[in-house]
Amino acid sequence: MLLSSMSSVDIESLATDFYGLIQSFYHAPLYHIILEILLFFAVMWLLFFRKPRPIEKKLTEKEKQELIDEWQPEPLVPTVDPNHPALNVRILDGPVGKYITIDNEQSLNFASLNFLNFVGNERIQSKSIQAVQKYGVGSCGPRGFYGTIDIHLELEERLARFFGCEEGIIYSYGFSTIASIIPAYSKRNDVIFVDEGVHYAIQKGIEASRSNIKWFKHNDLDDLERLLIEQENLDKKNIKKARATRRFLIVEGLYMNYGDLCPLPRMVELKYKYKYRIFIDESVSFGTIGQTGRGITEYYNIDRQQIDLISSTLEYAAGSIGGFAVGSSFVVDHQRLSAQGYCFSASLPPLLAAAAIEALNIMEENSDLFETLMYKSEQLHNKLIAIKGYIIQGDYLSPLKHIRLPNEFNTTGRLESIVHFAQTKHITITVARYLQDEHVLPQPSIRLILNVDITEEEMDFLCAVLQEALVVTI
Amino acid sequence: SNDKIKKRQNGYNYIQEKQKQHLPSYDEIYEETPLTEAFWTYLNYVILNLFGWFRDLLRKFRIETRKGSAEDNPPGFVSLYQSYESFYTRNVYGRIADCFNRPIASVPGGEVTLLDRVTDDYNWSFRYTKDTIRAINLGSYNYLGFADNNGKCSQNVLEIIPKLGVSTASSTQEFGTLSLHRKLESLLARFLGTEEAIAFGMGFATNALNIPSIVGKGCLILSDELNHTSLVLGARLSGATIKIFKHNDMASLERKLRESIVNGQPRHHRPWRKILIIVEGVYSMEGSLCKLPDLIRLKKKYKAYLYLDEAHSIGAMGARGRGVIDYWNCDPNDVDVLMGTFTKSFAAAGGYIAGKKELVDHIRVTSHAAVYATSMSPPVVEQIISVLNFLLDENENSEGRKRIAQLAWNTRYFRERLSKMGFIVYGHPHSPVVPALLYSPSKIAAFNREMLKRGVAVVTVGFPATPLVLGRVRFCLSAAHTKEMLDKVLNIAEEVGDLLNMRLSKLNPKRSFQEIQNEDNDELKSNI
Repeated sequence: MLLSSMSSVDIESLATDFYGLIQSFYHAPLYHIILEILLFFAVMWLLFFRKPRPIEKKLTEKEKQELIDEWQPEPLVPTVDPNHPALNVRILDGPVGKYITIDNEQSLNFASLNFLNFVGNERIQSKSIQAVQKYGVGSCGPRGFYGTIDIHLELEERLARFFGCEEGIIYSYGFSTIASIIPAYSKRNDVIFVDEGVHYAIQKGIEASRSNIKWFKHNDLDDLERLLIEQENLDKKNIKKARATRRFLIVEGLYMNYGDLCPLPRMVELKYKYKYRIFIDESVSFGTIGQTGRGITEYYNIDRQQIDLISSTLEYAAGSIGGFAVGSSFVVDHQRLSAQGYCFSASLPPLLAAAAIEALNIMEENSDLFETLMYKSEQLHNKLIAIKGYIIQGDYLSPLKHIRLPNEFNTTGRLESIVHFAQTKHITITVARYLQDEHVLPQPSIRLILNVDITEEEMDFLCAVLQEALVVTI
Repeated sequence: SNDKIKKRQNGYNYIQEKQKQHLPSYDEIYEETPLTEAFWTYLNYVILNLFGWFRDLLRKFRIETRKGSAEDNPPGFVSLYQSYESFYTRNVYGRIADCFNRPIASVPGGEVTLLDRVTDDYNWSFRYTKDTIRAINLGSYNYLGFADNNGKCSQNVLEIIPKLGVSTASSTQEFGTLSLHRKLESLLARFLGTEEAIAFGMGFATNALNIPSIVGKGCLILSDELNHTSLVLGARLSGATIKIFKHNDMASLERKLRESIVNGQPRHHRPWRKILIIVEGVYSMEGSLCKLPDLIRLKKKYKAYLYLDEAHSIGAMGARGRGVIDYWNCDPNDVDVLMGTFTKSFAAAGGYIAGKKELVDHIRVTSHAAVYATSMSPPVVEQIISVLNFLLDENENSEGRKRIAQLAWNTRYFRERLSKMGFIVYGHPHSPVVPALLYSPSKIAAFNREMLKRGVAVVTVGFPATPLVLGRVRFCLSAAHTKEMLDKVLNIAEEVGDLLNMRLSKLNPKRSFQEIQNEDNDELKSNI
């Protein structure tokens, strides 16, 4: 800029010496000189007249020690109300079968999830006894390190055969079955569409997976479609990301918190349209729904090859402990190395695996058990509807029902007093219990479970007691 | 004097050994990896990787058939597994898959019966022959030898099954609590020396689902580098901030504690709500013990809380079998949360948490197990109660005391011999978990197979359970092992160790087992 106005003058000679520098100063344009003077004053101001910003000094050792001494933690746990029901549970003596003994009095049990009345079954107990005589009690190791016993392999094979799937895998705890399965497949960038009413174990599994979760309203297919369409639109914007994002739909066969079936056929149709994988948790519907107890896929007549994974628990209908999953080898085999509850945990004690195998034997031999159960559930449903003053929630075929009082009357206190009254008449029922951090806390209700060995007279007795309870408590 | 030799040969040496004061000590030696071994191990991995890529290429172009389950991704669906995740499984783990998941067909006691299996297609699938292999069992977690199908514990279990059934089908808060469960909890509290205890059906779930009820957002968790997956999962699910300190390094822990209290929570610098230090009693891969006295001192100085996971140490450590707290002679009230499992020393299944009454009450109210999980199976509870009764018996000659002493003797004998023979052994001299280093993945497989051929079942582990270069064999000792069994194992280990060139210790140059045995006998004769 300086030299451009003096193109005629020899540039080289100007720049090389001090005289040349002064000469160029005379030839410079005015605006340039003014700018330079202003800049000079700005620099002077910055250097000498601006107040310096205080730099944060590091803490001295003494200050650090003061902070450490001053710090007070909260108590390890908050205080707990001594009247909380968890601290005042009823303690039983004797097996928890169709009848239970509380305070030396026998009452009919409508509270345990003992659908096929396998608790206390002689055949199952004798097989467990044989297993203890052969293997002892514990398996003393995880599946990878000598904890795999031949009885586990037999149980997995039998379960796979029962469902007509390629492979099965068993877990040693019902709760951690689905809670370990979900994080094994679904990772951080994947999308899970899940019903709002799923039970707590599934919620924990979803939390552990860190995926994007899209809740849809309970059993509301329109809401699900809306979410699917939203996801499709997102995919169109970023095709590369969409190709790397897996999608899953997680539903239950029979919902524990609601007692109703899930609309599976439409969900399978949508699966092929929107390309997601279906995992069904059949904890309650295994051994209760379907002509031969094979769950909701049998009820709706859906080909099990179309479902990616079916998981369930052995703790309700099968009367043992543990959980399992069945599906194609391609899907199930992955869990053997990636499911935390399988790899890092001890395997199921052999006596419980033996009990489960015998339960499967009984289920395969007496397939009329399931028709009886469905028939009786329907019977009970009709009888319950006939009682005025209760709202019954649950499918008419489901052996698990939720009973509530109408509208404002429905408080836990009133339900507890109904339960209390029923106990005095030798009927055991229970208020359904939940933890406060459920995603959608259901309204208070009495959860009623039907045992396949309950007779019609006993059902009538139950209804009579429920009717009386209404009168007495309100 | 003959009596003394006989006692030593049978292993019931505790009366004689008690004269020597076996004080708890801090000395754990971790010998450095020999440079040659590190080199060969890395080379091993490079070759495996190269072959892996080559084979994957062949499979992609269908020159090699894809074994294993057929790829089942329907058209248009995103593939279920990332290809990298399974690279390791297909090409490294797949080659040695026959060393893991071995099925057994008997009680997992001192000796075990394995099902013989062969593979026709290089470990993609297995076929069971009708044969069985009887082997000495150094793989199961059976520290006190209570895994038994005809002892007193089994008798009690067999009596309980007809009385109470196999399951309760109810959750604890509903109708699943039997008086048996309460009995277990009170016995457990008495055994551990705490106010109260609560038991759950699965050890993994105990950690993963109860840590979130103790700490939450705004709290800090300081967890050891080598903590078990269940503790890591529990810490993650809780939402607290997690900081990791170097394994058993108390200086690193103290530094992190100081820094954290001074700086407060990240970003807004509010003070932490609470600080929880999570450690394990015995670390199952390293065989090391936690430094409990130091931890308690630090915890008191900085007002933090201590969570001690005694999965492997309860029943196995300590003069009375009460875990590391007993071993270090500390007060159980100093540890805020005592956790443990029943799978290892008690030969049952399940986990427990013990501590002050407020803690246990809080867990009863907020735990998943109270509300959603089925309560523990009665026969399993009965097994634990029987074992606890044995261990609570203070009589010197009781079954419980004998087993604890036998395990302690076995541990000292085996570790001492193994180190003297030249194996590089990690861990604390009194821990019943004995890892001997193998370094490379090929040796892991070879050691496992060779030992099994000679009748010893061991557990060998590599990456990712251990660091990349430090593959190892992990011997789990048990009170069910007699001195003869251990001698047999040591002889076989010497043979296989020479075959694989494992005895590379510089601290203890290798010597033969027979030589050490002779030396020992001479010493014994001279002491009499």
